[in-house]
Amino acid sequence: MPVVLLTDAFFFALIALTALYAFYVSRRPHLQAAWRKLARDRSAMVSLTVIAFYFAVALLDSLHFRPLIETAETAQGGEAVYSNEVVSVFDRLVSPLGERFEKTYSAPLAVRGYVKEMVEEDGVRRHIYPRLQYGGAALAEPDLAAADIARRAAVWGLAGLLACAALLALVCAVVAGPRRAPAAMRAVVRNATGGLPLRAVAVTIALIVVAVFITAGIGREYHLLGTDKIGGDVLYQALKSVRTGFLIGTLTTLIMLPFALALGVCAGYFLGWVDDVIQYLYTTLNSIPGVLLVAAMVLMLQLYMDQHGDRFNDLVTRADTRLLFLCAILGITSWTGLCRLLRAETLKVREMDYIDAARALGVARPLILLRHVLPNVMHIVVITVALDFSGLVLAEAVLSYVNIGVDPAMHSWGNMINSARLEMAREPAVWWPLLAAMVFLFGLVLCANLFADGVRNAFDPRSEWNRS
Amino acid sequence: MIAYIVRRALYALPILVGVNVLTFSLFFIVNSPDDIARMQLGDRHITQQQVDAWKRERGYDRPLFYNAAAAGAARLSDTIFFDESLRLFVFEFGRSDSGRDIGHDIRQRMWPSLAIAVPTLLIGILVNITFALIMVFFRATYVDFWSVMLCIVLMSVSGLFYIIGGQYAVGKLLKLVPISGYYGGWSAFRFVLLPVVIGVVSGIGAGSRWYRTIFLEEAGKDYVRTARARGVGEFTVLFRHILPNALIPILTGVVVILPLLFMGSLIIESFFGIPGLGSYTIDAIARQDFSIVRSMVFLGSVLYIAGLLLTDISYTFVDPRVRLG
Amino acid sequence: MAASLRICRICVVAAAALSQAGCGEGAWNNPYAGDADGDILYSAFAERPKHFDPARSYSSNEYAVLGQVVEPVLHYHYLKRPYQLEPLTAAVMPRVTHYDAGGRVTRDTGAVATTAYDIEIRPGIRYQPHPAFARFAGGNYRYRPVAPAQLDGVYELADFAGTGSRELRAADYAYQIKRLADPAVHSPIAGILERHLVGFADLRARLAAAREALAPGEWLDLRAFDMEGVTVVGPHRYRITVRAGYPQFIYWLAMPFFAPMPWEADAFHSQPGFKERNLTLDWYPVGTGAYMLTENNPNLRMVLERNPNFRADYYPLEGEDGDAARGLLQDAGARLPFIDKVIYSLEKENIPYWNKFLQGYYDRAGISSDSFDQAVQLGQGGEFELTGAMRERGISLSVTYSTSVFYTGFNMLDPVVGAAGGERARKLRLALSIAMDTGEFISIFQNGRGIPAQGPLPPGIFGHRDGEAGVNPYVYDWRGGRAVRKPLDEARRLLAEAGYRGGIDRETGKPLVLYYDSASAGPDAKSWLNWVRKQFAKLDIQLVMRSTDWNRFQDKIRKGNAQIFRLGWNADYPDPENFFFLLYGPNSKVAHQGENAANYRNPRFDELFEEMRSLPNTPRRTELIDEMTEVLRRDAPWIWGFHPKSFVLHHGWLANAKPNLMSHNGLKYLKLDTARRAGLRDEWNRPRTGPVAVLAGALALFLMPAVVIYRRRRRETAL
Repeated sequence: MPVVLLTDAFFFALIALTALYAFYVSRRPHLQAAWRKLARDRSAMVSLTVIAFYFAVALLDSLHFRPLIETAETAQGGEAVYSNEVVSVFDRLVSPLGERFEKTYSAPLAVRGYVKEMVEEDGVRRHIYPRLQYGGAALAEPDLAAADIARRAAVWGLAGLLACAALLALVCAVVAGPRRAPAAMRAVVRNATGGLPLRAVAVTIALIVVAVFITAGIGREYHLLGTDKIGGDVLYQALKSVRTGFLIGTLTTLIMLPFALALGVCAGYFLGWVDDVIQYLYTTLNSIPGVLLVAAMVLMLQLYMDQHGDRFNDLVTRADTRLLFLCAILGITSWTGLCRLLRAETLKVREMDYIDAARALGVARPLILLRHVLPNVMHIVVITVALDFSGLVLAEAVLSYVNIGVDPAMHSWGNMINSARLEMAREPAVWWPLLAAMVFLFGLVLCANLFADGVRNAFDPRSEWNRS
Repeated sequence: MIAYIVRRALYALPILVGVNVLTFSLFFIVNSPDDIARMQLGDRHITQQQVDAWKRERGYDRPLFYNAAAAGAARLSDTIFFDESLRLFVFEFGRSDSGRDIGHDIRQRMWPSLAIAVPTLLIGILVNITFALIMVFFRATYVDFWSVMLCIVLMSVSGLFYIIGGQYAVGKLLKLVPISGYYGGWSAFRFVLLPVVIGVVSGIGAGSRWYRTIFLEEAGKDYVRTARARGVGEFTVLFRHILPNALIPILTGVVVILPLLFMGSLIIESFFGIPGLGSYTIDAIARQDFSIVRSMVFLGSVLYIAGLLLTDISYTFVDPRVRLG
Repeated sequence: MAASLRICRICVVAAAALSQAGCGEGAWNNPYAGDADGDILYSAFAERPKHFDPARSYSSNEYAVLGQVVEPVLHYHYLKRPYQLEPLTAAVMPRVTHYDAGGRVTRDTGAVATTAYDIEIRPGIRYQPHPAFARFAGGNYRYRPVAPAQLDGVYELADFAGTGSRELRAADYAYQIKRLADPAVHSPIAGILERHLVGFADLRARLAAAREALAPGEWLDLRAFDMEGVTVVGPHRYRITVRAGYPQFIYWLAMPFFAPMPWEADAFHSQPGFKERNLTLDWYPVGTGAYMLTENNPNLRMVLERNPNFRADYYPLEGEDGDAARGLLQDAGARLPFIDKVIYSLEKENIPYWNKFLQGYYDRAGISSDSFDQAVQLGQGGEFELTGAMRERGISLSVTYSTSVFYTGFNMLDPVVGAAGGERARKLRLALSIAMDTGEFISIFQNGRGIPAQGPLPPGIFGHRDGEAGVNPYVYDWRGGRAVRKPLDEARRLLAEAGYRGGIDRETGKPLVLYYDSASAGPDAKSWLNWVRKQFAKLDIQLVMRSTDWNRFQDKIRKGNAQIFRLGWNADYPDPENFFFLLYGPNSKVAHQGENAANYRNPRFDELFEEMRSLPNTPRRTELIDEMTEVLRRDAPWIWGFHPKSFVLHHGWLANAKPNLMSHNGLKYLKLDTARRAGLRDEWNRPRTGPVAVLAGALALFLMPAVVIYRRRRRETAL
């Protein structure tokens, strides 16, 4: 039974909006110049490829459903019973990654536990590192693990390469037609693609695909990135955190966008008391230290959820509501910046001749705003969205660290880093959950930053956007 | 000038009132007087009668915003809100839920905060400008390209990583500085060193990239080109022409955050056990001592507004064309 | 090239200079300023203590300091186990007399109407130097009244130059008991004492009336009020009368609540202007103990210093078996205290605390779960011992059972898991009890430092049973000399019997969802919540975590809105009554604001409890306890959690350390070998500058290409 959580709905809405904007741009050639410029920026395109991969994970992880429960009655054709547990398509794809629990910590690729335990062997109790229940369980002799892992990596890596070649051929065949496919492939390999960095993109895709293949090959038999305190797979958690990070980065902007747009444009266009009120509003909000505002709001949400317990009666809904709410709060604390920029830009735009002309022709004010002002400030929105994304993803980590971030039951990089506080103090230190979270977080943020750099260069090369 | 400052200060009043209403309602919804009482009295063997008595003693048994039972103006003034916020406006922070004088704590704790924030800011500016100048000097070479890349990489690393990693490596493995703690006086150097270094390093990425853009913009201007065309050396151009002119946006950018230095850095302070205002706030959130949190919010807003004012004034000093009317 | 070489050279020279400086003044990472090597014990506090007023203080972190300063009449023997009360400021143990309703002395426990405790304190005990006692030559108090101008620049008690002292009198104890009744003091145990102390409620009402006429915070001289149950018989004798037989009362007499309070101090601190300067009894306790609190800065540190007026007190001559072998009796008969000064530093995070202990900057430390593998390993026989690395450093370990219990409670008012669910709910509770693998919890989250609870009583408490006789037969089997948790199939069977086969409710056909309320926050919260979910998932039951903050959590428990929750209880005193009362019906949270958070009520249990609590430790009491335990195990209102073991590590230079969870005045017995400490600290904290030099070199290398380009440019412009 499919389930659409609130954040899922927003996420889908965001995708739809992006598609709509793309469609809008494709119909207006004068808006395409900047995008064309962006498409020729190699580092931006490579980053976009990686972001697309993160996006795919987040999207798959947003398709939720309740699985069917097999009972005696349903087997005999009784009414179907659905579990209360909400799982995503992604969970099923990477199954059994999320369902295998060791007892406690184990290092990446280990076959034995990380903590000594009392184990009874042949009637003798000994204090040893026990074999893991799942990690390398198929091996008869744990010493063979290294060879087995190497073999898996080689085989699956090769398979990945083949898959890449096939993929390239397929894409070329579809785009250029079957007869000119070989020529197209050669062009990509030689990078003779008319300025578009297709070779770099292809190489990136190839690397990702090979990595995914190797991960799949090893990850099913071993814990590629080890296990955490209660034996959960760290790789799975890091991947599940992608959705959290991605949603925080995008939904926050989506939620604040209508307010920032409406208020910013109105303040800049109408001036007078409207401007005064709006300026008062954002100066007030801006002057409250953000962390404190977030803390208060999160506590308020908790209060609300406790008072209306019946509406939040399952785990995912609770975590999901909190995530959405967090996005909303971050939106409130961050819309002021965009609002101010939009106001300034509108001030410039309203003095343009064509606006004067429209006004003289007696075009209604809402229409002027919608038709003439809005399209001319959109580039600011695009740049802000790109720039804010990485900052928001990083903010999530810090907020969770102070315990005012996402629900503790939710997978997120911030929660992982928060646990790492204790893990790093162990001796020997448990470093892999921290490293995994940091690497995945770094990957996304780095690509987002590079992409944002490209966007800024393409849309507005000569401004002081680097301020943030 | 003075008239301008007075006018701006008057503008600030409604903003502060707004901040107060907002934070008061937020925190008193979250933390009712009952909660405050129980927090203070403990949670073993406490009865509702004891809670009520405590509230009555502190005046917390009155309504929050509107006292229907009172007459005339007292309907608004005989409330918890009126009492609590009026005091804030004269910087009388009152007592925390755990019974200590907040003003005294703030006065005591702001020094460690400043001991970290001021060096971090100054050294940070120095390092960032140096790095940015190097990038500008080598612009359009691979040094510039990779330096920008390095900046983006540094920016993309979570600040938490610098803190956790730095403490682990420098404090635990190398034993170069105390792992945590603070003492006043000269010995503060030992405790402040690592937090400052971490603060500077985590700011390099964003900072020097911004300065680089400012320098480049300045470098593209006519007078710089003229100077270069006259055969002035690259070094001289950088230090004589670009740097002084670029300092204006840099300094005004810095002035905004000057007052906020008091507030300290939330995460760094609590991680290194520095008894500053940042860790004060974090602790208060964790212990739900909202008298402290509200005081800090108010202080933060006042400082923010002061920062805006300072920026405007600083414009007049660096740019004689700007007049405050 | 030359430039980069020069930079390298500068770096090396700088590093060398730094290391030179380092050798000169001891370790670089010394977290203390200056006085690190004196006869000072270093300890830490994680959270700022809220109350040091003995009438209000009620938590172990406050007692750690307060217990050194104030002295009740009784205390627990430092070395003997099981815990044994003995006189502290009292000359002898209190004389207990029972009276019947007619006021005649009686020996029949059934007829007891009131019980009197006659207490005689030792003469000649003097208070610590304190400004409240300071007088002018004429006899007037120097700081009472204090003119507001005199308070300028005064922010700490130490800012008052003059001090004085006087002898401890029985009236001071009586004064403190009256303070407990004062509604303005807000003592947490006022509710309990109202039930037990004769005349307490009456005094409370009179004081409330008297307070009406006064401004808040104004001093009310409690000497002017009489209390029926407390009479001062002589300068060193007083008598307390309690209702019925309440044998546990003797334990209260060992708690700081019943410490003496000189009226001068109360009057001194109640003066106008004092509260605004944090000069309250809550921040500056005054007492007769071995130490006095001279600095209390919750933002940084607290300092205890030797009380110069401390009476002649000596190290105990005898202890538990084996104490002599452990070297705990080497100082038998020596004059106390040994250490001059104790500094508690603020240390909120566990990691720095542990690391500083390892560096020798704290003299002793409890072990957090995460540092455990480094410090402790299991020996061949399954006993705990220190790892080689720890033993090499001369660190030693003491293990003790703490008198506490952690449990997962069911709210018995809940329709699904509570009493209304009847037999169905009982079986569900039992099934969950089996599924929740406490043993695994202890091994993951506590590193084995604890034992699974079989009932409410921890080891060391009268009535606790070890071995097979103590096993909870509803959850465990006794196999091969060990308690083994029943197999999951048994839990599934119970679940099916309860009508939830496979986790699906027979009546509605829907999956069973349970709710778990928790207030856990912090780094471990996520793992912990997921672990609990995993336990319930074993039975295909989905558990919804309602994690919230502590206030909300308490609120839910108070209103009975929780379903399943986790709580712990730390005993006030080592008596079974203090554990069983957590499940006593008339003590329930929702109906009576008691401590029975599960709101459990079973008439049979309540009846047994009422008989048990007034008995001394007799075989009849054991019998009652056994039956009560059986009732509880069958009903399973709690998932019996675990009793933690407390592990304390201390360095070799600290002598006479023995954990005593009941007594609070243990500091005076500790002794330091400061010379050894200074040597080892230096040895353990040699800074390593090598990697820094390497890093600097790498940076220089990075700059080299830039230098190359620079030179090329210069050549080009020169051309």
